[in-house]
Amino acid sequence: MKAIEVNNLTKRFANFTAVDHITFDVAEGEIFGFLGANGAGKTTAMRMLCGLSLPTSGEAMVAGLDLNTHAEKIKRRIGYMSQKFSLYEDLTVRENIRFYGGIYGLTNAEIKSRTAEVLANLNITNEANVLVKSLPLGWRQKLSFSVAILHQPKIVFLDEPTGGVDPITRREFWTMIYEAASKGTTIFVTTHYMDEAEYCHRVSIMVDGRIEALGTPKELKANFNAEGMSDVFLKLARKAKRGDD
Amino acid sequence: MNAVEVNHISKRFLKEKSNVDALKDISFDVKRGELFGLIGPDGAGKTTLFRILTTLMLANSGNASVDGLDVVNDFKEIRKRVGYMPGKFSLYQDLSVQENLSFFATLFNTTIEQNYHLIKDIYIQIERFKDRKAGALSGGMKQKLALSCALIHKPSVLFLDEPTTGVDAVSRKEFWELLRQLQQQEITIVVSTPYMDEAGLCDRVALIQEGRILQIDTPKGIEQKFEQPLWQMASDNMYQLMIDLRGFDEVKSCYPFGQHHHVVFKAGTDVAAIERKLLERNHHQLEARLIAPNIEDCFMELMTTTAHESH
Amino acid sequence: MKQFLFFIRKEFLHVWRDKRTLLILFGMPLIQILIFGFALTNEVKNSHIGILDNAKDDASRAVIQRLEASRYFEVVENISSNATLEPTFRQGKIKMAVVFPVGFQNELLHENKSTIQLIADATDPNVANTLVNYASSIVMDYQNDMRGRLDLPYAINTELRMLYNPQMKGSYSFVPGVMAMVLMLVCAMMTSISIVRERELGTMEVILVSPIVPMRVIVAKMVPYFLLSAVNIASILLLSVFVLDVPIQGSLVLLVSECLLFTVSVLALGLLISSAADSQQTAMLISLMGLFLPTIMLSGFMFPVENMPIPLQVISNIVPSKWFYYIVKNVMIKGLGFDFVWKETLILGAMTVFFLAVSVRNFKTRLE
Repeated sequence: MKAIEVNNLTKRFANFTAVDHITFDVAEGEIFGFLGANGAGKTTAMRMLCGLSLPTSGEAMVAGLDLNTHAEKIKRRIGYMSQKFSLYEDLTVRENIRFYGGIYGLTNAEIKSRTAEVLANLNITNEANVLVKSLPLGWRQKLSFSVAILHQPKIVFLDEPTGGVDPITRREFWTMIYEAASKGTTIFVTTHYMDEAEYCHRVSIMVDGRIEALGTPKELKANFNAEGMSDVFLKLARKAKRGDD
Repeated sequence: MNAVEVNHISKRFLKEKSNVDALKDISFDVKRGELFGLIGPDGAGKTTLFRILTTLMLANSGNASVDGLDVVNDFKEIRKRVGYMPGKFSLYQDLSVQENLSFFATLFNTTIEQNYHLIKDIYIQIERFKDRKAGALSGGMKQKLALSCALIHKPSVLFLDEPTTGVDAVSRKEFWELLRQLQQQEITIVVSTPYMDEAGLCDRVALIQEGRILQIDTPKGIEQKFEQPLWQMASDNMYQLMIDLRGFDEVKSCYPFGQHHHVVFKAGTDVAAIERKLLERNHHQLEARLIAPNIEDCFMELMTTTAHESH
Repeated sequence: MKQFLFFIRKEFLHVWRDKRTLLILFGMPLIQILIFGFALTNEVKNSHIGILDNAKDDASRAVIQRLEASRYFEVVENISSNATLEPTFRQGKIKMAVVFPVGFQNELLHENKSTIQLIADATDPNVANTLVNYASSIVMDYQNDMRGRLDLPYAINTELRMLYNPQMKGSYSFVPGVMAMVLMLVCAMMTSISIVRERELGTMEVILVSPIVPMRVIVAKMVPYFLLSAVNIASILLLSVFVLDVPIQGSLVLLVSECLLFTVSVLALGLLISSAADSQQTAMLISLMGLFLPTIMLSGFMFPVENMPIPLQVISNIVPSKWFYYIVKNVMIKGLGFDFVWKETLILGAMTVFFLAVSVRNFKTRLE
């Protein structure tokens, strides 16, 4: 079974089609890169897949559930992390983990054991009772990823998770992503770092609300006769007519 | 005379009842007409440094000059001469493109017409939206408008704090092309960025991390200082490959780099023997070849060595 | 200079583009004046009262008639005995009871004095007080007329006069109060928010790095709100004169200049808040708690200052609205000239200078 199956998914706002009949699927345990220029429709598409906004037309199955009928149930089976907001800065590490565990309906025993696990994995057992805002940015981001997969979701959506992080932490972060994927979690990620696109198993590139390219980084580079993913992206995104919206 | 001179600048903040060293004894020069990059992650101290140089903040110790003027004593004169684009694109969201630009022009006692030649190449790209509110522009357009606003008074030194953060790859590329063109106008540009791949577009860069400058040189110079051989490796199971490599005593460092891993072995390691060991562990399509390091490799190498020194 | 004018133009654009806030700023004084003028008056009309007439003679009937005739009272209960008096109050049927003694007229005619008992529900002391005052003045009126007819030299006349506001109109005292409140909101809150917003947006950084003198930034930020306030002052005065029939007794020029002086002092307070607040919410909270509440509670507009405990009376002296309220009340309603308010004006002026000086000094020309 596929983790995500999208068929002609469309979102229209008034007289503007933000997402225009996109079709793709993501396999279980796959790291799927979802790229596009600002305004290409990435965020809108991702919101629909997370059950935050209903599609105008088309259908999608996320974690085995129909998006049009089971949006609320889907939310329990997925995890979500964005660069802008994920953790409460004025709560401690432990309180944040407890809070998110509580939201996703974990039992107290589960919360306790997974808290210990997360703290040990990130090597921050000593900082468990420290306010999140006093942690370095890199730690915070690794922690928010751990929190996003705390309830062992089938799919985790990452919206530009690594902005502004130093290169070593960025790689530690990607190592965590690999690890989660190797355990069967599907990863759906957007990023502005083109080199990060190459970490993904497969990559899709959106232009003007449509998916213009989809394949492994190797395939895409070969198809577009490009050096790196960044060239592929530039060749595609420069064709964008919508430009600004 | 250098466009910017920074001598032993330190800055400390009181945060959560404890002192945080944002800048620790920073020194560097920027030559006239240079495109100088400050490369480092968030929290490295880039913004603090910019604020000190644009006279918005006072350093705890050390001194600095911009255009030959002291940042503390001659701050009024400096404010007339520099252009500054802060981290968030500081525009009035409820004013139109045109209104924003003419406001900033008047602020610096000039008019759009007077210096139009300076911003022409940039402004032309957003001119068709000139009646649109700045708040309704996309990231790339906002970035161009903010640059036009910072340029309109023909500054001699231009400070751009993370102008490409949160902007897509296309706009980023175009933006760097614009900076290159500006250089022809004899404007010194100091730009900061967390994107390592942008380092190569600068004349010289300072790698900065946790308030300390790791290295200053031309991008080529920095890459040449990476002395160990760097291997690029790949197999059909990249995650397992990383775990295996990191498990070997001979491996000094192994970082994922897109489709490959970049590996540094301890001196005298027989790489062929490592490859054989990996094949025994069921890695297929194994690749290993020597490559030239890039800025990111250097940055990580410097991060680990300075971390050892300071601890 | 051009720089400065441009800055002001920009501020006006901000105000103008934010239509919702603009509507609130112009609508608020209108609504407040109307609410206070019509709904919340402490004027008492058609209050339900009960009569316990133990006399049932001509004199008592004449008084009752006068009470009924006045527009303040409506006799709803005829109470039969002392025993039913309290239950009637408890049921909330009446606010006041008028009790005539047995042989009221006799006592009046032969002993030249008698007593009418006024019993009021004092759960709302202000209303009770007003009712009792109205009733006694009606009784006095009656006594007056009697004296005229009988020509009795020893009848005591305790005439009650409501000074400056003969009809006890509620609107009189709240017009200056509303004015103080509106100016607090428009000037202090909006100015502080508009400065803090620029800091949040990051544009303040660019402005500080420009050659513009910080003092000009401050003044330019104040100008639109100063003008907005002027419009509000005018609309409040027009409304009170033409809709609420509250006349301006004193000099209009003096009144307007006092209003403008107060406006400047409040603008300076707004600036002061902006240097202490780091977000728009904080600015709003500080202006509400630090300026708006004291204006309502301590200026004498809702509660008379003289009735407050001494410590509060002392504190009320540092509330600029108290002085403003006092001045406007005297100039607008009592019609007093500058001779009578120069001291208060001086105090307000000194406060304004002080606030301006402190806020300009505290205005950060750097970022720390």
